[in-house]
Amino acid sequence: MSDTATRVESSRKSGWRLLIIQIVAILAVLAAVCIWITVAPLSATERGTLAPAALWNSTVQHLSLTFVSGVIVLVIAIPLGVLLTRGPLRKASGPILAIANFGQAAPAIGLVVLLSVFISSGYWASITALVLYAALPVLRNTMLGIRAVDQRLIEAGRGMGMSAAAVLFRVELPLAVPVMLSGVRTALVLLVGTATLAAFVNGGGLGLLITTGVSLYLYSVLIAGAVIVALLALVVDWAGRVVEHVARPKGL
Amino acid sequence: MSDTTTTIEQAPAEVSGRPIRLDDVTKRYPGQTKPAVDGITLEIPAGKVVMFVGPSGCGKTTTLKMINRLIEPTTGRIVLGDEDVTAIDGDELRRRIGYVIQAGGLFPHMTVATNIGLVPKMLGWDKERIAARVDELLELVSLDPDTYRDRYPRELSGGQQQRVGVARALAADPPVLLMDEPFGAVDPITRQRLQDELIRIQDEVQKTMVIVTHDFDEAVKLGDWIVVFEEGARIVQYDTPERILAEPANEFVENFIGSGAGLKQLTLRRVRDVDVASAVTVSPGTSGKDALQKAENAGHGHVVVVDERERPLQWLSRRQLARIETIDAKADPALPVVGSSATLNDALDTMLVSSAGAALVTGRRDRFEGVIDVETVMDAIRDARANAANSEGAPVGMNSGSIGLTPSLVAAGEAAQVAPDAGSDSAAGAAGSTEGTTDTERGAAG
Repeated sequence: MSDTATRVESSRKSGWRLLIIQIVAILAVLAAVCIWITVAPLSATERGTLAPAALWNSTVQHLSLTFVSGVIVLVIAIPLGVLLTRGPLRKASGPILAIANFGQAAPAIGLVVLLSVFISSGYWASITALVLYAALPVLRNTMLGIRAVDQRLIEAGRGMGMSAAAVLFRVELPLAVPVMLSGVRTALVLLVGTATLAAFVNGGGLGLLITTGVSLYLYSVLIAGAVIVALLALVVDWAGRVVEHVARPKGL
Repeated sequence: MSDTTTTIEQAPAEVSGRPIRLDDVTKRYPGQTKPAVDGITLEIPAGKVVMFVGPSGCGKTTTLKMINRLIEPTTGRIVLGDEDVTAIDGDELRRRIGYVIQAGGLFPHMTVATNIGLVPKMLGWDKERIAARVDELLELVSLDPDTYRDRYPRELSGGQQQRVGVARALAADPPVLLMDEPFGAVDPITRQRLQDELIRIQDEVQKTMVIVTHDFDEAVKLGDWIVVFEEGARIVQYDTPERILAEPANEFVENFIGSGAGLKQLTLRRVRDVDVASAVTVSPGTSGKDALQKAENAGHGHVVVVDERERPLQWLSRRQLARIETIDAKADPALPVVGSSATLNDALDTMLVSSAGAALVTGRRDRFEGVIDVETVMDAIRDARANAANSEGAPVGMNSGSIGLTPSLVAAGEAAQVAPDAGSDSAAGAAGSTEGTTDTERGAAG
């Protein structure tokens, strides 16, 4: 018995070690990029676009796009996912998953441009497109996570007199947390990448660097933008893993 | 089993269980023509272990789950003690009924203590009281509280998880315990140990227990009463293990019992329940001639040599005695000895192995008590059959929905489980009719 206990303990420890190595590597690459920007022989236009203040602005904008849409996704998709596992609504899960699948399958760029026709603000058009795009993994994983909970545990809970709500909050959701969080992490990483498309509809973000780099043949700007977006995605992924690690219910 | 009955009748105060009554309960699922459970009326006596057996899909689990209304009956009433619980809040009802499922059903993200303390917490007990109760229950199921309290279920073996499951069900001291195939997921050796443990716990707590199983041997071992179901939760026979083994209601029950019903019956009775024959005893140092004389006077063929603490040493025939000068104090290692708490099955086995056709019975501290032989065992079986025929106070169990049920049972007559007129009585749904039926049957039986 204590074997299992120590094994759980050691797997937790090795998990932390991996996470630390990950963040150190990401930070090292980030530092290298910063140094390169300061020392590289850049033209005046390039230097202007990659100025610290401008860069910081784009990054903040990018993160705002990511997290605002992320929060909206969570607020919509998690309760919806939970509802779709409840009794009578279970039947609706098919059609709703189909819609979510459509959002995921539709080319993100098309979605962004299409929505900008209807929504005048580039920022909110982008947010809407991003929400549609990233809702699926969260929705699907919430449903899968809850459905994967052993039916006998639910029966045991009900059998000992827990109400349906108590079983949901004390048994089903805690046990579904690992699967749900991995869905959230996937969604956030998707969002960081897809948020670059906001630049096409004047929504801001680090996509600006990439579009500028492409249209003006400023390769250093293009590369800087791409690398920073990639690093951002890795940081978000890392943060997600940390949360998963901490929030994983003990005893699993 | 029958001796438990008398104990309880003598000391009713110890019974903490309450009787359960299902009154013409039917479960019909939408879209199915045949009801899953068809108008069952069943009386489960307080403080007794009632086993539901039957083939899979026969509705025994559905019937069990309707007692705590995990499955809501379509029609009919459920009465717990004197209280009609058919319409009360289901969650509130279930907090008063312990529920054990296969493999324990422990929540993997909660410690053993949290798992056990769930119901008391829902009932609003304070922390100290819950902690004390958790420790008490862990002791009851033979787990050391200090070692196991803070463990997570995955750190326990299957048998330990099942024990915690039983402890959790007993947490708020419910009068009734329902178990759905509780020992289905553990290996045979652990299962046997858990069954013994459950018998011990039941001796201590005296709850009303309803246990669903597909293992007939388990039913015989644990049950005070056994309900044999066939499809649609039709009661084929509701009787004591002794009687079901001795007089299966029909071929269906016979098939269900499987082979070796006679031998299974022997596991129900213990050596101390039968009359053992007395024997001539001598102590070492006696001369062979004196011993022979003693045996001849008593008309016995053998003498038993016992030591100063009356433990049997040797078992000598007259022919052996005739050749012995003085009896020595050597202990014969091949002596066929059975304890008085052994089952008749064990006793018979000992006799067969020793080829003596009899065995010595020892009681407390291995003191010699008498001799048991094959005839005694045969008498006991005959006795059991005769006793079974007039088993007293059999609880009611029937499917009132139809009259033409289990004709063989009706034909059997004695202590009739199913009186044809009782069926129509209860179908009328009057509350008192079931009790009336019981009285009538008791009268008929006595």
